[in-house]
Amino acid sequence: MEQFLEQFPIVVQSLNIGFLQTLKLFFVTLLGAVPLGLIIAFGSMSRFRPLSYFTKIIVWIIRGTPLMIQLLIIFYFPGLVLKKQIWGGGEVARFTASAVAFIFNYACYFSEIYRGGIQSIPVGQEEAGLVLGMTKSQIFFKVTLLQMIKRIVPPMSNEVITLVKDTSLARIIALQEIIWAGQAFLKGSQGISGQIWPLFFTAVYYLIFSGVVTLLLGRLEKKLDYFR
Amino acid sequence: MAILEVEHLSKTFERTEVLKDINFSLEKGQVVSLIGSSGSGKTTCLRCLNFLERPDTGIIRVNGETLFDADDPVTTRESAIRKKRLHFGLVFQSFNLFPQYTALGNVMLASELLAKERPDYKENKKAIHEEIEQKAQVLLEQMGLEDRMNNYPHQLSGGQCQRVAIARALALKPDILCFDEPTSALDPELTGEVLKVIRELAEQRTTMIIVTHEMAFARDVSNHVIFMDDGRILEEGTPEEVFGHPRELRTQQFLGHYAQ
Repeated sequence: MEQFLEQFPIVVQSLNIGFLQTLKLFFVTLLGAVPLGLIIAFGSMSRFRPLSYFTKIIVWIIRGTPLMIQLLIIFYFPGLVLKKQIWGGGEVARFTASAVAFIFNYACYFSEIYRGGIQSIPVGQEEAGLVLGMTKSQIFFKVTLLQMIKRIVPPMSNEVITLVKDTSLARIIALQEIIWAGQAFLKGSQGISGQIWPLFFTAVYYLIFSGVVTLLLGRLEKKLDYFR
Repeated sequence: MAILEVEHLSKTFERTEVLKDINFSLEKGQVVSLIGSSGSGKTTCLRCLNFLERPDTGIIRVNGETLFDADDPVTTRESAIRKKRLHFGLVFQSFNLFPQYTALGNVMLASELLAKERPDYKENKKAIHEEIEQKAQVLLEQMGLEDRMNNYPHQLSGGQCQRVAIARALALKPDILCFDEPTSALDPELTGEVLKVIRELAEQRTTMIIVTHEMAFARDVSNHVIFMDDGRILEEGTPEEVFGHPRELRTQQFLGHYAQ
């Protein structure tokens, strides 16, 4: 017990640093994937056949393969096969490669949610806009978008909460996120070794953070309750 | 001069001919009722006028200006069509109000977006906005909705929604206001309040085309009645002629169902 109390502050400090990297990956992924998903959604809904087929194939590949494999390919492929270190080196390289993999992966999932949301809006909304002399983009931004957002909040919440935990997959390319930080105390770090509890303890971080995310998304859902 | 001239309008969906050589014209201040059974092409005709459907053949002229000529590619371009839509207003059967805007917001939205295209918009932003808001309020008052302006569509009854939709269409001052079965989604009690508003518009000499199944109303409010059947105009004339002495057997049959 005395040993635990001694180790605890050291472990927490280390986990905090790891969790900061986890949070960074989480927010960068959202920031990239939310708009990119919309672009992909428009691609797959395009009336220009080659574009919609191309987008659908990309979405199929990304959704049809494990994110872990995608991380490995994106991180190692340029250096091992093309002999070009496009990601640079060190932690920056690992983070950039992770961010690219996560953004693409999540954008593909988001795109399908967006597509469903857009297609569920009655065609009469667009027609009403057209008759009032609005342009297609005015109709999208002033009429369709908010109605779409309202409809996609529940399925998006699912994805966002999954993302909180999926960030741990970046461990596979040794991104120094919280799992990596917890695992360090197994092999030995800062005078602590052979301890598994720090790894278990990371779960508390995920649990609290996903709780916060759930609350925020619930609030957003309530905020959009003013119309039907 | 006629405010609206429609010549040789036709439209085919897949292999079904929905409109077959439609010709009619309309004078300023006139109210025309389009009647006929479901599937006779009335709604498609209105949708063509509002450029929601592209006619396969034909010409649409407003105040002598050719808005659409199926044979002239310059007039059929999407970019050219947007502004032309503003000659017409359309009130839908299912209202199609924007749910995230209040009644007032629904009436103002399109005017505000159009105002942004004005060269003096940046300098007079505030004044323009106030003018649009004031006009929208007047319109809603005219519709009897002065105490409903800040309500969202889901807080309004069907009749109130339809009156907001009418105000929204009027806000852009269309030359011709079109109604696509404006009361078909309403119960009889709410139908009355919407018909009353349309009747008031007719008294103010608003040029209107009304697709309706309310025969008594059509007879009462319109100057001209067009009976459509199987994509054609089968018979037209004054309400007295069409309702009182229908010439065609098909018209007699159709009106007979309402007499019962």
